Amino acid sequence: MSAQAAEEPYPPRTPHASAAGAPPGRVARSLAGALPRAFAARGATDSAVDAGTRPTPTAKPRTPRQAKGPRILNVPTGPLLVGLLAVLVATMMVAISIGSVTIPVVDVWQIVWHHLTGAGAAADPALDQIVWNFRTPRVVLAALVGAGLAVAGVVLQAVVANPLADPYVLGVSSGASLGAVMVITMAGGALGGLGVSAAAFAGAMVAVALVFVLGLTRGRLAPTRLVLSGVAVGYLFLAGTSYLQLQATPTELRSVMFWMLGSVAGAKWNQLGLVSTVVLTSTVFLALFGRQLNALLAGDESATALGVDVHRLRGALLVLSSLLTGTVIAVAGGIGFVGLMIPHLVRLAVGADHRRLLPLAAVVGAIYLVVVDLLSRTVNRPNELPLGILTALFGAPFFLWLLRRNKTLDAS
Amino acid sequence: MKLTVDGLHVTLDHQPILRDVSLDAAQGDIVGLIGPNGSGKSTLLRAVYRSLRPAQGVVRVAGDDVWKLPARTAARRTAAVLQDSNSNAVGLCVQEIVALGRTPHHGLLGRDGAEDHRAVAEAMDACGARPLAERDFASLSGGERQRVLLARALAQKPKLLVLDELTNHLDIRARFELLDLIRGTGTTTLAVLHDLDLAARLCDHLVVLDEGVVAAAGKVLDVLTPDVLREVFGVRAVAERHADGVIRITYGADPLALHDTTTDPAASAASAEPSDHTPPAPVPPAHPTPLTPTAHEAQAPVPG
Repeated sequence: MSAQAAEEPYPPRTPHASAAGAPPGRVARSLAGALPRAFAARGATDSAVDAGTRPTPTAKPRTPRQAKGPRILNVPTGPLLVGLLAVLVATMMVAISIGSVTIPVVDVWQIVWHHLTGAGAAADPALDQIVWNFRTPRVVLAALVGAGLAVAGVVLQAVVANPLADPYVLGVSSGASLGAVMVITMAGGALGGLGVSAAAFAGAMVAVALVFVLGLTRGRLAPTRLVLSGVAVGYLFLAGTSYLQLQATPTELRSVMFWMLGSVAGAKWNQLGLVSTVVLTSTVFLALFGRQLNALLAGDESATALGVDVHRLRGALLVLSSLLTGTVIAVAGGIGFVGLMIPHLVRLAVGADHRRLLPLAAVVGAIYLVVVDLLSRTVNRPNELPLGILTALFGAPFFLWLLRRNKTLDAS
Repeated sequence: MKLTVDGLHVTLDHQPILRDVSLDAAQGDIVGLIGPNGSGKSTLLRAVYRSLRPAQGVVRVAGDDVWKLPARTAARRTAAVLQDSNSNAVGLCVQEIVALGRTPHHGLLGRDGAEDHRAVAEAMDACGARPLAERDFASLSGGERQRVLLARALAQKPKLLVLDELTNHLDIRARFELLDLIRGTGTTTLAVLHDLDLAARLCDHLVVLDEGVVAAAGKVLDVLTPDVLREVFGVRAVAERHADGVIRITYGADPLALHDTTTDPAASAASAEPSDHTPPAPVPPAHPTPLTPTAHEAQAPVPG
């Protein structure tokens, strides 16, 4: 402590009349680097005042509130990730076991394990059918969709430097909605043969391409311009969607509404291959850019001075996250709020280092959507609620509570 | 290492911003870049830290044209502390901000190693940022933030430091602390400064930019002549080395009265207002002291 202080390159400030040695708050703060946070915050204040300690140049004493770090969870990434993955698997097992017929979690585990490894005995065919063919694909899709939306949200918030950004900020959802609504309301007509998913993906890509073109200035993608272009294109496509909805029959309208609010009810094993490939590879790939994403937080010019090719990076990340979002929305519809809330929630808990944030957000997003999907099919049995309603209903109050207890946001 | 800017022309939106700018900084030199708003100072820095490609001319750091080096290689030589308009560092703590300085030392698959941890720790120690390590960057005061950003630049282990208005909006104590820090690094530095007094204290050499061209360059007193101060900065003032060896700027009673030749600001500061709150009096040529061997430099003509 005193050795470190003696190395300080500054002359000490003239001692305060009030301070016998160093002000205790100052000492406690300088200890915070060396001791676990919990210690520094509680115990150090009274014990560590050292007559020989010179004041560090840390300027004025601060209130204890600010001496506390920004993190809620200060656990290393590896163990945290393993723990959360275990929670995810457990949640998925519980979600599979609950339904119109409740199946014990142990049986669920045996059936799933049997299918994955071939080990153990085959179960009762009826149970096997329910678990493996109906519920498991649905729960797996929910997890993939939640992970994909959370990852896309994290990346877009950093890339367009806007905390309000979510995966749909570039018009993906409005484009996908228009595509889906066209197929639902004009089935067998102009788009004959094209499935809802394919049309939604095509619509999403058209919208994003339009936003990219409008967002280009002198060959570069400027964040503010991109966001505003996304809003404008969103309204444009919404006009088409609304017009088609007015022409629709009540039955069509119901399925349009259900699609737009999102659902994983129609999950089939044969679609999971593509979705899981896209979600897992893009998550791994985006996580590789963690260091560069961190540099982007310093601002475009500073990131450039850190050796990051900001414009190429932004382009690559936007294309990648748009493909990810487009894929997810094509199979699950427009599930809102997850891609906005989960990134903020995880950032508040573990900080903004993207090498840590991206994988953790993916797992938390997966857990969240598995739980929400479980609720969507249990709270109003036998009817199902769209996921978009529940993500917001449960997510918003929790998010607000979290915002209120995080004081560091007020400082900026 | 050595910085050489040679015949630099930069245009933005077809407007020439810099015309034929050349400057040199030897190893360990602190070169101050001064000039009025809009004279092209930040643009020159952008060409140096490889953000704005010059239309013509070269920028050499340690012998190589930075625009022919890969971005990451160039960033291992040049670190910059800038006034960034869209920084959004919510949720990063001080240690993580400083660790950003290691970005150019890694590719996509690079993981932090012992060398990175050592560089970050040394940089934080050098800037007195160690006690702040766990604090949220957004909760810091202005002076603390600049110290942390300087630590980030040092963690880059650069051969050249580029600083844009590092001391803006800081209280006077924080300004002087930053000056000490910069001098203490021993790194070749190119610094844009608005405060001429700070520039005179910090820098070995000054380069004055005016409307995109170099209006004067050289030793502090050779550059800050009454003519340059009047023509480029639009104020009546003199720069003189005082008895304590420090060069200070004295502004005239009416610094904006450029064409009033009857009163010399130096004379008015030295003799017309010799009240008790006058700053340390500029050394009159009548009784030079050993501390002021270059007092006559104040009247030296502008080179170039």
